[in-house]
Amino acid sequence: MIRTIGLIAGNELRRLFKSQLAWVMLAVVQLLLAIFFYLLLAQYMQPSAASAGLTAVVVSGLYQIAGVVMLLVSPLLTMRLVTEERRYGTLKLLLSSPVSITELVLGKYVGIMVFYCLMLLMISLMPASLAFGTQLDLGQIAAGLIGVLLLLSAFAAIGLFISSLTDSPAIAAISTFGVLFLLWIINIAGTNASAGMAALFAYLSLLRHYTHLLTGVFNSTDVLFYIIVSVFFIILSIWRLDAERTYG
Amino acid sequence: MENEILISVQELSRFYGPQRAMENVSFNVHRGEILGFLGPNGAGKSTTMQVICGVLAANHGAVSIAGHDIHEAPRLAKQHIGFLPEQPPLYNDLTIDEYLHYAARLRGIRSAAVTAATAIAKQRCGLETSGARLIANLSKGYKQRVGIAQAIIHSPSVIILDEPTAGLDPIQIREIRALMRALGKDHSVILSTHILSEVQSLCDRVLIINQGRIVLDQPLAQIDTNNGLPSGIEVSLHTPPAVDTLLGLDGVASVTRITEDTLRIDFHPAVNATDAIIAKAVADGWGLYKLNTSGTSLETVFMQLTAGDNEAHVDAEDAA
Repeated sequence: MIRTIGLIAGNELRRLFKSQLAWVMLAVVQLLLAIFFYLLLAQYMQPSAASAGLTAVVVSGLYQIAGVVMLLVSPLLTMRLVTEERRYGTLKLLLSSPVSITELVLGKYVGIMVFYCLMLLMISLMPASLAFGTQLDLGQIAAGLIGVLLLLSAFAAIGLFISSLTDSPAIAAISTFGVLFLLWIINIAGTNASAGMAALFAYLSLLRHYTHLLTGVFNSTDVLFYIIVSVFFIILSIWRLDAERTYG
Repeated sequence: MENEILISVQELSRFYGPQRAMENVSFNVHRGEILGFLGPNGAGKSTTMQVICGVLAANHGAVSIAGHDIHEAPRLAKQHIGFLPEQPPLYNDLTIDEYLHYAARLRGIRSAAVTAATAIAKQRCGLETSGARLIANLSKGYKQRVGIAQAIIHSPSVIILDEPTAGLDPIQIREIRALMRALGKDHSVILSTHILSEVQSLCDRVLIINQGRIVLDQPLAQIDTNNGLPSGIEVSLHTPPAVDTLLGLDGVASVTRITEDTLRIDFHPAVNATDAIIAKAVADGWGLYKLNTSGTSLETVFMQLTAGDNEAHVDAEDAA
């Protein structure tokens, strides 16, 4: 089980890095966030902002923006996960091999998560460089890191499921972007609704749980929220691919 | 274990919505047997093959590979399967070596044995020198060879090939046929094709499927009573004789006049009257200037069974 998942994840990563997409994406994200990092640092150096801590302003600020940037690029990474296998017929190779659909889906998910971890590591090198000159709040950084990882895990699971629905990468990308963006801003929809609906919409928002973690509040409901979203969409992907064998 | 049943298909049915792709398909394939799978386009060949490999699930019926049910014990059953779909399942961004390594690992070959397995598969498919080439840059024939290589890399006991010689040049076709003949000695091979001569030169048994049903399941030797000889000839003569003269020759069943000097002569089954006709033509000065063999008995059978709306339904049991 673990071996097969690792095998599929490894192949996913290998193919990602064979395409220019992965490299360009790492470069673009790094460049954009480096600019934001500089701006946040410059803002912190202003005397007025100095009341908040360095970690809160610069590190959490950077992870906050990283979440938005990843919302934009994540659909482009997940769009090809299943669509391409279907389009090139390689899904038949996997399905005729001694590989279960659960292993297939988990392999894809793990592959993309390893890529995200790599991206996160590169992003985190920037705030880590501050440790040379000052004391960082490691607890808050850890909470923020966990927050980004959980957020990316939800992005990956949702993207994986949507890519299992179609054989066109473009359709998968735009639909995933729509769903992620909707879940990001859904708390706004609740502003004019009744108290109960507002609470529900606020709860469903990917953003709100993320903000909690960034400020260093490690609330288990927030963590659980992302885990539930990830597991839910992974299970849906498995069902979807299994149903395709029977009804497709 | 010469007569061991490696593939057992029982009353398999598969529908795409209300549309029938295959219905009540049953057959067995033994070890060392090459089964030719024939049928017009859209007859259900690819669907049947995909159901046997577990790529698609059947609506009814059961498939068992080397004694393992594909639905109940998919992992055990699929270890014995090598499958080449109609479109070779290739990752364009990998090299041949990378791809075959991945395919080998997926099929459960231990990492220590992967390099050796890849080398053997490449050698059997004539890819020894091209391991470092990117699959995206390969010609269609080479892609087809890589597709065959991935199907045999784990030396499975059951090899299922959907149109394996499509897109190959004549030399490659000959090589691949030789390879399949070698594989057929101690594996079970199912091979679908449009080329009737391929079935004649390779297969032990023929299965014809039309509109989702098996219309014929017979050893090739029983169908091809002419042993691959033509069922008739087409001759062009400068001074053609009367039709009755030809009908008087031994083995001639019927004569049809196509044009003024071209005749189609059909033989009785299992008789080849070509020699007699040529001898007569020379002796009587008919001025024979062209002779084409036309069709074999397999072709005749195939045409009869697949023409029209499934009138000729030969029951599998009756035929066998």
